Amino acid sequence: MSSGLYNLNKVEFDKTLDLTKLKAYGDTMNDGKVQISFTLPVKNDERGEEAARILAKKMGLSDVNIAHRMSLDVEFTFYVVYGSLVHSVDYTNIHVQTVEEETMSMEEVNEFIKENFHRKIVVVGASTGTDAHTVGIDAIMNRKGFAGHYGLERYEMIEAYNLGSQVTNEEFIEKARELKADVLLVSQTVTQKDIHIKNLTNLVELLEAEELRDKYVLICGGARITHELAKELGYDAGFGTGKFADDVATFAVTEMLRRGLGK
Amino acid sequence: MSKLGLDKSLISKARSSAKNVALDVQAFIDDHTTVAVERTVCRLLGIDGVNSVEVPLPNVVVDHLVENKLLPMGAAFMLGNAMLELSLSPIEIAQGIDKGEIDLSKLKIHSSKEIEEAIAPVAKAMVERIQKNVDKRNEYLGKFGDKVGPYIYLIVATGNIYEDITQAVAAAKQGADIIAVIRTTGQSLLDYVPYGATTEGFGGTYATQENFRLMRKALDEVGEKENRYIRLCNYCSGLCMPEIAAMGAMERLDVMLNDALYGILFRDINMQRTLVDQYFSRVINGFAGVIINTGEDNYLTTADAIEEAHTVLASQFLNEQFAIEAGLPPAQQGLGHAFEISPDAENGFLFELAQAQMAREIFPKAPLKYMPPTKFMTGNIFRGHVQDALFNMVTILTSQKIHLLGMMTEAIHTPFMSDRALAIENAQYIFRTMKDFGDEIEFKEDGIIRNRANEVLNKAATLLSEIETNGLFATLEKGTFADIKRPFNGGKGLDGVVVKDNVYFNPFIPLMKKEVKDE
Repeated sequence: MSSGLYNLNKVEFDKTLDLTKLKAYGDTMNDGKVQISFTLPVKNDERGEEAARILAKKMGLSDVNIAHRMSLDVEFTFYVVYGSLVHSVDYTNIHVQTVEEETMSMEEVNEFIKENFHRKIVVVGASTGTDAHTVGIDAIMNRKGFAGHYGLERYEMIEAYNLGSQVTNEEFIEKARELKADVLLVSQTVTQKDIHIKNLTNLVELLEAEELRDKYVLICGGARITHELAKELGYDAGFGTGKFADDVATFAVTEMLRRGLGK
Repeated sequence: MSKLGLDKSLISKARSSAKNVALDVQAFIDDHTTVAVERTVCRLLGIDGVNSVEVPLPNVVVDHLVENKLLPMGAAFMLGNAMLELSLSPIEIAQGIDKGEIDLSKLKIHSSKEIEEAIAPVAKAMVERIQKNVDKRNEYLGKFGDKVGPYIYLIVATGNIYEDITQAVAAAKQGADIIAVIRTTGQSLLDYVPYGATTEGFGGTYATQENFRLMRKALDEVGEKENRYIRLCNYCSGLCMPEIAAMGAMERLDVMLNDALYGILFRDINMQRTLVDQYFSRVINGFAGVIINTGEDNYLTTADAIEEAHTVLASQFLNEQFAIEAGLPPAQQGLGHAFEISPDAENGFLFELAQAQMAREIFPKAPLKYMPPTKFMTGNIFRGHVQDALFNMVTILTSQKIHLLGMMTEAIHTPFMSDRALAIENAQYIFRTMKDFGDEIEFKEDGIIRNRANEVLNKAATLLSEIETNGLFATLEKGTFADIKRPFNGGKGLDGVVVKDNVYFNPFIPLMKKEVKDE
């Protein structure tokens, strides 16, 4: 393809790590190397490749290398692109919200509940709205759990109710009331056109309208959910991929204690 | 010849247990009808379209039957009677009911013989229309030849049928053999089928007859150019199972997701409703030459793929017998399973291979449907591409037929056009480079693979014999499949199930149901 595999130009740049000017890392400190791939709705030819190169430059790439291009259809071409990203970020100035509790084991959570609440905690979970996927809520709640982390149904001191999928927010709230829930778990898998945001926001609004929001620890989860997004939407916490039942349980019980709930 | 040394008498025993379970349920099915079955009869009698508030006319008619407690008589009986009394066609009667001009409960009732004779020509005309679609498909397959080796099955899911067509055409050109249009989230729980071409859906596109027609036309056009017949797949499940089957038969769909138990387990649809609905849907699919895909792969998204492998096999046996009861031959039974063992499990690949080879040997004529990894796809697209490659290998080694392509961006977004192209490239590479590898290898006696297959078969046979003793309904109440428990009278759609009256008849069952010989 284009400019050859090896870049023989000696580019002089400072090779010491500076966290105020953090850059992407390829094989040398501060080289800024990144890989991107995208499709353009044009023919696979030199002109298309030039378009891809210009686009990459506009993204902030220098030394653009169109490593690969292939036709997906007559008027669609896929490009794999490498380059050095000119941008940097000040890492020292970044603050993000994460759930910070040290995760307790299932046994520790059970002990914690016995000591602090003297009764079982009621957790009600569902995949709400039109979302038909139960993968997320099942991973957290099903007895068997996921990747070696037992689900909440197995916790001796937790009464877990998994309402399954396609539960409307109204039904969910009604069920929470009926079961005298302490903790509400909402899972969202489908995120096309940001439907999860609308749905999650709607639940908070409904809870607030009925003055129930303060009664529950409200947690959402899903592959595209971050703790920061969850806080923004009015949830107590959000759990994305790589989080398990024990993470959720730990947060739920410590949050209950902190807020003086469940007495 | 068995590479796994499977015990033939154990296979026969499991199959005979499954047959008895199906026969037991069939007695229940034969006594009942549902609102969905009757709406399907309406559709097959030519009733289509919506009223001024977008309610489909088949729903208008069936709601009218329900309100007047006429559902047990069946739509064919009541419409046939109205045809005799009013000298109108079924669709004219439906329009009259909608306007409030016709009340079926007020009409004089004719004899069953007269009514059946009035319905017969209308029913036959529809059956001939569907037969023409079957002939057309066979003509295409005769002209282009059918694909040898796995069918590459790809999904489009933009929500907009016109965008779907762009994606499907591109996928077909890249090598897809089957295009599945994923339905919009939640459609399975609608107790009606939307009408017309649609451009708004979440996570998929509405299944409507017009959308079926548009996609069929586009795939025929690209197929003509590519000299291949591109099959079209949709989802015949949920509360409108038989209606979707009828619409698919009318528009020449080729493949339908159509599981006997899936709706019960995964959509919490009432078990009585689903079992009655699945029967008529399979009679239609059987007649229309549609390959059904069963949903055992879904069990493994909630239950563990190693521990629960025998429930997949048991369910395949049950789906096979329910299909045979409905006259759907083995060559149209795309029994399902999936590559869902954790990448962290030692020898996981060997277990996958054992399961796939076992299914191949137990169901030799079935175009098995094999689903890619989803549960352990993480967003690490690079590892994901490797997982998909391993999955592709199992398919080519064990002659799976309907190969749903895995996407490296599974768990991130609905596939980009490029994701699909890379997935096809991956599969085609492996299918080419390992084409005859399966014929070259044998599995070691008393080795991991043989032992695993025999263990799973053993457990499945035991489970089926328990189900035979307890009955299917009680088994579903116990949570045997996918760790999900469903009560006999719980779930959605139960109020649409009724016991048939003596005069009830469904003209399409005798016209469409094929005789299938037991293996």
